[in-house]
Amino acid sequence: MSSDNNNNNNNNNNISRRNFLKTTGIAAGTLVGGGLIGGLVGYNLNGNIGTSTLDHAQNGVTNEATGSPKAKMFFMNNRDFSILSNATERIFPEDDLGPGAIGLDVPYFIDHQLAGQYGSNSKEYMQGPFAEGAPTQGYQSRLTRAEIFKQGIQKIEAEAQSRFKKGFNDLEGAQMDEILTAFQKDEVKMTGVTSSFFFTLLRAATLEGAYSDPMYGGNRNMEGWRMKGFPGHQMAYITQIEDAKFKKIEPNSLGNH
Amino acid sequence: MATTLPSVDVVTVGVGWTGGIIAAECTKAGLKVVGLERGQKRGTEDFLNVHDEYRYAIRYDLMQNLSKETISFRNDRKMKALPMRQLGSFLLGEGLGGSGTHWNGQTYRFLPYDFKIKTMTDERYGANKLGPDYLLQDWGLTYDQLEPYFDKFEKTTGISGEDKNPFSGKRTNPFPTPPMKKTPMLVQFEKAAKNLKLSPYMVPSANLSEAYQNPDGETINACQYCGFCERFGCEYGAKTSAEITVVPTALKTGKFDLRFNSNVVEILKQGNKVTGVKYLDTISGEEFIQPANVIVLTSYVFNNAKLLMVSNIGQQYDPATGKGTLGRNYCYQILPGAAGFFDEQYNTFMGAGSLGMTIDDFNGDNFDHSELNFIHGGNIALTQTGTRPIGSNPTLPDTPTWGPEFKKQSIHYYTRSFGVGAQGASMPYKENYLSLDSVYKDAYGLPLVQLTYNFTDQDRALHKFISARAADIMKEMGAKTVVPSGEIKDYNIVPYQTTHNTGGTVMSLTPEDGVVNNYLQHWDVENLFAVSAGNFPHNSGYNPTGTLGALAYRCAEGIIKYSKSGGSLV
Ligand SMILES: Cc1cc2nc3c(=O)[nH]c(=O)nc-3n(C[C@H](O)[C@H](O)[C@H](O)COP(=O)(O)OP(=O)(O)OC[C@H]3O[C@@H](n4cnc5c(N)ncnc54)[C@H](O)[C@@H]3O)c2cc1C
Ligand code: SF4
Repeated sequence: MSSDNNNNNNNNNNISRRNFLKTTGIAAGTLVGGGLIGGLVGYNLNGNIGTSTLDHAQNGVTNEATGSPKAKMFFMNNRDFSILSNATERIFPEDDLGPGAIGLDVPYFIDHQLAGQYGSNSKEYMQGPFAEGAPTQGYQSRLTRAEIFKQGIQKIEAEAQSRFKKGFNDLEGAQMDEILTAFQKDEVKMTGVTSSFFFTLLRAATLEGAYSDPMYGGNRNMEGWRMKGFPGHQMAYITQIEDAKFKKIEPNSLGNH
Repeated sequence: MATTLPSVDVVTVGVGWTGGIIAAECTKAGLKVVGLERGQKRGTEDFLNVHDEYRYAIRYDLMQNLSKETISFRNDRKMKALPMRQLGSFLLGEGLGGSGTHWNGQTYRFLPYDFKIKTMTDERYGANKLGPDYLLQDWGLTYDQLEPYFDKFEKTTGISGEDKNPFSGKRTNPFPTPPMKKTPMLVQFEKAAKNLKLSPYMVPSANLSEAYQNPDGETINACQYCGFCERFGCEYGAKTSAEITVVPTALKTGKFDLRFNSNVVEILKQGNKVTGVKYLDTISGEEFIQPANVIVLTSYVFNNAKLLMVSNIGQQYDPATGKGTLGRNYCYQILPGAAGFFDEQYNTFMGAGSLGMTIDDFNGDNFDHSELNFIHGGNIALTQTGTRPIGSNPTLPDTPTWGPEFKKQSIHYYTRSFGVGAQGASMPYKENYLSLDSVYKDAYGLPLVQLTYNFTDQDRALHKFISARAADIMKEMGAKTVVPSGEIKDYNIVPYQTTHNTGGTVMSLTPEDGVVNNYLQHWDVENLFAVSAGNFPHNSGYNPTGTLGALAYRCAEGIIKYSKSGGSLV
């Protein structure tokens, strides 16, 4: 079976890392939250592994290889892109656990998604007639996600101007939150879509960008996964599945596959 | 103008589990079968990069392309039905293997009670336990009659399990392979359940515990517990699916002609027989007529009903008069449960689609309903299917859904929480049914199927009762915080719930009560068969495919018999 061979190869590549993690005896409870910042910093018990960057470098994997091309495919100006960036950062902020949306390149992830199939709703039923439905009937807009984000970002800016006489990007965090909350509670008028639906999309896309495989341009350096203790793509857990101990496993992306 | 092709013995519409089983059995018996599948070829070799939550679990890469076809939905007859524009509540299949490519593989047999639910309910609780608005009926087939076919499906799929469920119907044979591995979470569930005097057993699994060769000579590999199972294809060929078992078996005979990108739009009928199907090659746009002696609808619950409706075969159910059988008895499932938050960390990201322990003490009629205002129940299980970071962001109740506290908790509890959940049985109700939409059309100009559905009082009572039992178990497991599911109100098509849709083309003992007989042969048209969970007159507290697979084997036997002797099989 070709897939079995592939499994073996892949395991070999990762054996040293995995064994290190196993043999250092890092157990559940001894390292929570903060211990994961910067990947392996904080439980460098044997002194042979430094930061996550170093770890990647040792494996010949650079940031580019795991994929975070910082170019805009959808947004056309920096102001709008910054509004998106700031909004996502409020949703998923940097803290003592690790990076927030901006540090994880979530805005680039969303930008790239909006330029593609996700943005154009190409696998969704988009035929009319369009009518407002009950909440139980779900999304009924004629707008694509690209159109919703474009309008949503403009409305965020307009809301900032009308509430605070300032651009969204110049607001204090609490003021940004006030505006986002207004969207979430459906208090902002949008055309062809409710503001709460836009907010739901924005929140979901932020989490997707934080935790998708880095090949999509977000989850920079797999820091989203590292914070959460998710090992990404691993071939098999058959040898560990019955163990009582929590396994800290250095994550792996499909880019390394 | 459609091109008419040479006639064959059997044509199946769709090649998922049911189409694959029909094809394998009929070709082995020497019949020539054409399988028309609207989706594409795919198999184990296509799943090397499948550990991609975003592409497969969030953006549904393997599921139905709704831009071509969807359903419309309303909660009741007074509402305007609107299209389901995005996948949500259930994930419709498409492509070789259908949903069986990306299912979990939890493979149960329904209880003996399920098949005689009307008789047994009346006997134990009197004639009017639920009232006249619930359309309960016996299936027209008993568990014992179906047992050999259950056995056959389990042998084909190599199900891994243990015979420790005191409530199960009689088994003639043990499970073909031993149960899956027991993880710490499962051990904890088992202990708690035993403390509560319940009867835990390992979920019967189509993620195989060891490599296995089935009676047709197909090999299924051993599961690696990779944690990317539900919604994903298996890169090991370890999750039993049609494309690694029954489809190769059919192809080996040289009698199976499998055609992709072939979307069936009509069943052609002359007098009281069907003559063939009309389909479209979705790549070239060409139209074909495929004549056949026997036509088998294997296109899942919704499209089996739809094809009968657009082809004007059978009588559409009308909830106002109660007349008609086509579209009647649509059921779903309800999902009671309880979440638990722990201090310890668990390897929640490891797992397999069917890795779990379950109890049937509150399923079927295994407990006394005399003082309860519902019947049936659900299996209560802890399954460790592998949680992934986009989809799993657990927080304690009343936590904001975004911002610093959300981030902190969703990261902390990602590995410190899990649920005990049930699949609650769903009873047929006169207002819940399938019909054709009068406004919205698919890409081929056919009306969409319209679903009119809401939860009933029976569902709400069952949900509340079972959630409390799940919470008992979670408490006994030692969770620091236990959060039972909130009460359910109206059915909502947006959040994913389960792809266990049933009814619409119900089987029955008499033509008055259903669309097909107990060989799944159409009551009015003897050379037409329809196989799907649409045949279930109600939905049990289990996953459907074990019972569906058994019915498909029985149907195949019926088709082979019919091909020799003709006429009604009952
Ligand atoms: C995420 C998920 C998890 C699941 N987990 C479980 C589980 O653990 N246990 C369990 O028992 N069940 C599970 N199920 C349900 C299980 O997958 C289904 O019961 C089973 O696959 C149904 O088989 P089928 O052959 O009836 O339909 P399908 O598998 O849906 O196959 C129907 C086929 O017909 C094709 N088709 C449809 N219309 C046409 C047309 N007009 N022309 C040509 N072709 C057409 C489709 O493309 C499809 O390939 C799960 C389902 C999903 C989606
Ligand atoms: S969990 Fe097992 S059966 Fe499921 S995809 Fe992974 S290896 Fe395959």
